[in-house]
Amino acid sequence: MSDLIARSDRLRAAALLSPAYIWLTVAVFLPLSAMIFFSLLSDVPFGDRTWHFTLENYGAFFESTTYARLLWKSLMLGVTVTVVSVIVGFPCAYVLAKVVRGRARGALFLLVILPFWSNSLVRIFSWAIVLRGNGVLSTAIDAVLPWDVRINLMFSPTAIVIGLVHSYLPYVILTSYLALQAIDDSLIEAARSLGAKRRTILLRIILPLSTPGIIAGAVLIFVPVVGSFMEPRLLGGRLGTYYGTVIEDQFVAVFNWPLGAALSFILLAVVLTILAIASPILRRAQV
Amino acid sequence: MSNRFLSRIGLLYLGMILFFLYAPILVMAVMSFNASEFYQLPFSYSTEWYERLQRNDEILTAAWRSVWIAIITTIIATTLGTSAAIALFRYEFTGKRVLQVLLFPPIAIPWLITGTAMLIFFFGVGIGRGTPAVIIGHVALALPYVIVVVTARLSTFDRSLEEAARSLGASAWQVTRGVTLPWILPGVIAGGLFAFAVSFDQFVVSYFLAEPGDSTLPVLIYTAIRKGFTPEINAVSTIIIAISMGIMLLAARFSNFGGER
Repeated sequence: MSDLIARSDRLRAAALLSPAYIWLTVAVFLPLSAMIFFSLLSDVPFGDRTWHFTLENYGAFFESTTYARLLWKSLMLGVTVTVVSVIVGFPCAYVLAKVVRGRARGALFLLVILPFWSNSLVRIFSWAIVLRGNGVLSTAIDAVLPWDVRINLMFSPTAIVIGLVHSYLPYVILTSYLALQAIDDSLIEAARSLGAKRRTILLRIILPLSTPGIIAGAVLIFVPVVGSFMEPRLLGGRLGTYYGTVIEDQFVAVFNWPLGAALSFILLAVVLTILAIASPILRRAQV
Repeated sequence: MSNRFLSRIGLLYLGMILFFLYAPILVMAVMSFNASEFYQLPFSYSTEWYERLQRNDEILTAAWRSVWIAIITTIIATTLGTSAAIALFRYEFTGKRVLQVLLFPPIAIPWLITGTAMLIFFFGVGIGRGTPAVIIGHVALALPYVIVVVTARLSTFDRSLEEAARSLGASAWQVTRGVTLPWILPGVIAGGLFAFAVSFDQFVVSYFLAEPGDSTLPVLIYTAIRKGFTPEINAVSTIIIAISMGIMLLAARFSNFGGER
């Protein structure tokens, strides 16, 4: 009898689960597999084009240093944005979790997270308005400083980093905040009553206990930044050629899809490696 | 240094972060009301750019397309995601852990990779580019968010309520409709709002999947910015950001993003 109930339960579970997972399979997992297949072709297999299997597309990556150098450039951009975001974001999360009290905390927390859930393209565009020469920033600085300064950050690597930090900063604030909130205040009280200095409390209690949260935030920032193309394109101008923009070009400008697929797959491999290394920490941080 | 002094500095710092996060958005919004086509200062108030927007058919069509794509995405993703979340909560079976882990690739893999992979696959199987492809993609991106948000709400649900209803003779469907769904409704609404936001704000995947003359609003804006922008883009961007922030404020009312519990 119990076996019978279990079987009907199993059917119900399957009926409830399969639509969502079939959808994910068709829209995400099969496409990712198709991308691997495509990256091994000499030409797109549409119409009457002739094609054969080849490793040429991966060869293109390893033959010249062009693509490897761009991948390195993107990885370094990821490191820069991640480090800046952690340094700027952690103290902010600390203030939210341990200094602000009561109802204000929830409201301020929402204010910090809110931009993250608004349109990222529009936010990058807003930086273009602020940073352009003769724009608001340069006018404001001109008005404050007595001597003549011409600031034109637009179309520079700095502009790209500013835009990306703005886009992803809330991630590390969110994960650090959750980790910091989990630290029992009485632990800090105990340390203080035993005579621990502020620095000791920070270095021996708060930082070690919030490390999983910081790392989770860092991974969540690093991964999308390495694959970014819209931000470098809009804020970097001619200097904005990165690994992501080259992939974009293969699909929308050059129409070399097999090469684009190979470059995408190499990026995917890098990303999955990073996620795999970080996954025990991510699981501990429960994000 | 007193504690009070330190917490003042802390609050000041928090204020600076909020300034950094909101100032550019405010500047963009203010500039949409500036009369100068070249963003020249001093500021002189004008609603000209919003009036022009009303006459810009290309932008209006794209805006409506974005809205109804987001609505369809919300309906499909919320239905499929809620049923999956209920099944994951209610039943124990082998492979459950794998199914939960499979929700992360759509969130964690950069959209550039997912988007180009979808383009390749949809072309290969004959779906091609266009609105159906965009909807298929958006639903897939929104599903994990719905499942995660609804699951979070379900974790506050008392299982014995379902058992009680069942032992009183309710069928599985009656239990779901009469007991489980009313309880998780705030989570379902929050999940639906997340799904709407994911679709309405989605640029990357739409960019690769939308047909050139048939694009969504963010894709149109991207193309326009690259050609050289006017305050009209500010006006439409201001409207978009107001809508998406409004939606997230609503979502926050129904769930609390992992904030206070």
